[in-house]
Amino acid sequence: MLKFTLKRLASLLLVLIGVSFLVFMLLSLTPGDPVRMMLGESATPEAQEALRKEMGLDDPLLVQYGRYMKNIVVHQDLGTSYSTQRPVLDEIMNVFPNTVQLAVAAMVIAIILGIFLGIISAVKQNSLLDNIVMVLALIGTSAPIFWIGILMILLFSVQLGWLPPSGFGSFEQLIMPAVALGMQSTAVVARMTRSSMLEVIRQDFVKTARAKGQREIVVILKHVFRNALIPIITVVGLQFGTLLGGAMLTEVVFSIPGVGRLMIEAIKQRDFPIVQGSVLFVAACFSLVNLAVDLLYAVVDPKVSKE
Amino acid sequence: MEKQNLLDIKNLSVEYKTEDGIVYAVNELNMEIGHKETLGFVGETGAGKTTTAMTIMGLLPTPPGKVTSGEILFDGRDMLKISDKERRGILGEEISIIFQDPMTSLNPSMKVGDQIVEMIRLHKTISKKDAMEEANKLLEMVGIRRERANDYPHQFSGGMKQRVVIAIALACQPKLIIADEPTTALDVTIQAQVMNLIKGFKETLGTSMILITHDLGIVAEICDKVAIMYAGQVVEYADVESIYMNPCHPYTKGLFNSIPKLDTEEEWLEEIHGLPPEPTERIEGCSFSPRCPNCMKICKHKKPGITYIDEKHYVRCFLYENQEVKTDE
Repeated sequence: MLKFTLKRLASLLLVLIGVSFLVFMLLSLTPGDPVRMMLGESATPEAQEALRKEMGLDDPLLVQYGRYMKNIVVHQDLGTSYSTQRPVLDEIMNVFPNTVQLAVAAMVIAIILGIFLGIISAVKQNSLLDNIVMVLALIGTSAPIFWIGILMILLFSVQLGWLPPSGFGSFEQLIMPAVALGMQSTAVVARMTRSSMLEVIRQDFVKTARAKGQREIVVILKHVFRNALIPIITVVGLQFGTLLGGAMLTEVVFSIPGVGRLMIEAIKQRDFPIVQGSVLFVAACFSLVNLAVDLLYAVVDPKVSKE
Repeated sequence: MEKQNLLDIKNLSVEYKTEDGIVYAVNELNMEIGHKETLGFVGETGAGKTTTAMTIMGLLPTPPGKVTSGEILFDGRDMLKISDKERRGILGEEISIIFQDPMTSLNPSMKVGDQIVEMIRLHKTISKKDAMEEANKLLEMVGIRRERANDYPHQFSGGMKQRVVIAIALACQPKLIIADEPTTALDVTIQAQVMNLIKGFKETLGTSMILITHDLGIVAEICDKVAIMYAGQVVEYADVESIYMNPCHPYTKGLFNSIPKLDTEEEWLEEIHGLPPEPTERIEGCSFSPRCPNCMKICKHKKPGITYIDEKHYVRCFLYENQEVKTDE
């Protein structure tokens, strides 16, 4: 188990190096010059040249990349934001708690509602209820979140005036974005729960459990659900990883200062260190969640832990 | 006074609704099992043996399955009419089942000990610790070390898993065990071990058993009675001796003829020509008539009823019905 974890951590490191390199190269290809963004259109070519030199932007790309990586490894420094002149890591850590809060709230909704609907749907397969749940899930996965978000703001904030339309901090402000964001994950989790349950429900050991005279609800929860968990954990993990990366659209629609919005603003302003830093940060979060999911498999499936 | 049978199945018909039409899985099946009796339930794949077993236990998936007629009397109670709660009390406690494939009939995420404990605690009010002790004893009874109660099914071989399944089935000392091809998925040496195990428990515990099998050798060895099943019907039902000494139905005869003989050298095994009917088609006359070497005119358009050869031996075939008519005249 320890060996497995170490191996996964090593491969995580490789992934992060790959991600940092790709992002670095991609950003250098994007049109737009950070120096001109910082100094404005009216700056003299000499002033631009001087700043470029000061920031080391006139060095070859590989040299720049090497310097960037060295700073990360040696000083744990992700660089300094061009626009605010504050350390990138501080900028990210400033907004990350908001993203975590939103992601956790959305995931709680998705796990509870998604698994509940999925189980009901599987147990009552092909019934009217099952069909309704699956159509709703289809809508949930295909409706764009910004559209749902805007509709919700129109209804609950503008028309009914129940909830604040934007901002972050209070519980009221969390409800709408969490529901909007959670809906999509709910749909994904419900569909996966249903199909995974259906696969297990037909197996012989379920018949064995019923033949013991066990109550149906215990058969479903103890024997079927437990064995259907692995694919469900996988999608929950993937969803959570994605949400931690900042739900950009949701954060923009509801004006929530999170990692997603930070990235979008940084891209608009050609604030390369912030973009690089946050992409790297998001990739690390995503990989760590995936590692946690893999470790969870071992808890759920005795076959995994023995291997 | 006639002694009451443990299990009495009368005119049972079961069908499945599928996209290709209605499958007539069991048609007017009649059979009975007395206390401490073992019934061999023999027939080709698709003859409706497993459907019958699942119907007895009330575990037939509905839909697509549906019981269209008949009754199943177990110890005087009609299993088709009792409430779910009553049935749950009977399952495990009075009737238990051993499935065909031990690889899939244990829950992969539960320790085998816990799976036995679950069965015990469903039917006995007993502490977890005592139940665990009982489970350990059961494991030892079927030839598995008690320490292995803490292992998961994937750590056992196929034969060992089937022993665990047997331990679960025996946990509450049921009156009836249904063994659905309990050795089909095992290799031959293990088959013999498991079969001996089952035979031993049947004798010491005095349970009745329905043994579903293809293997006429096993039937001869451990069964008291035999029901030969063809296309959802019991075509011949008798005690073991009568079946082996005096097989009556042409299908039964065909089955025995197809057993390779050790004392003669033969190029080809005897076979029953043709294939069993598609379960979705309803044959007008006797369902075996298209393959029957003794087929008569009447077989093509009338279904044969039950004819008693002697008190404990019946057959569904016109060959014998005529004889009876003759003797009646």
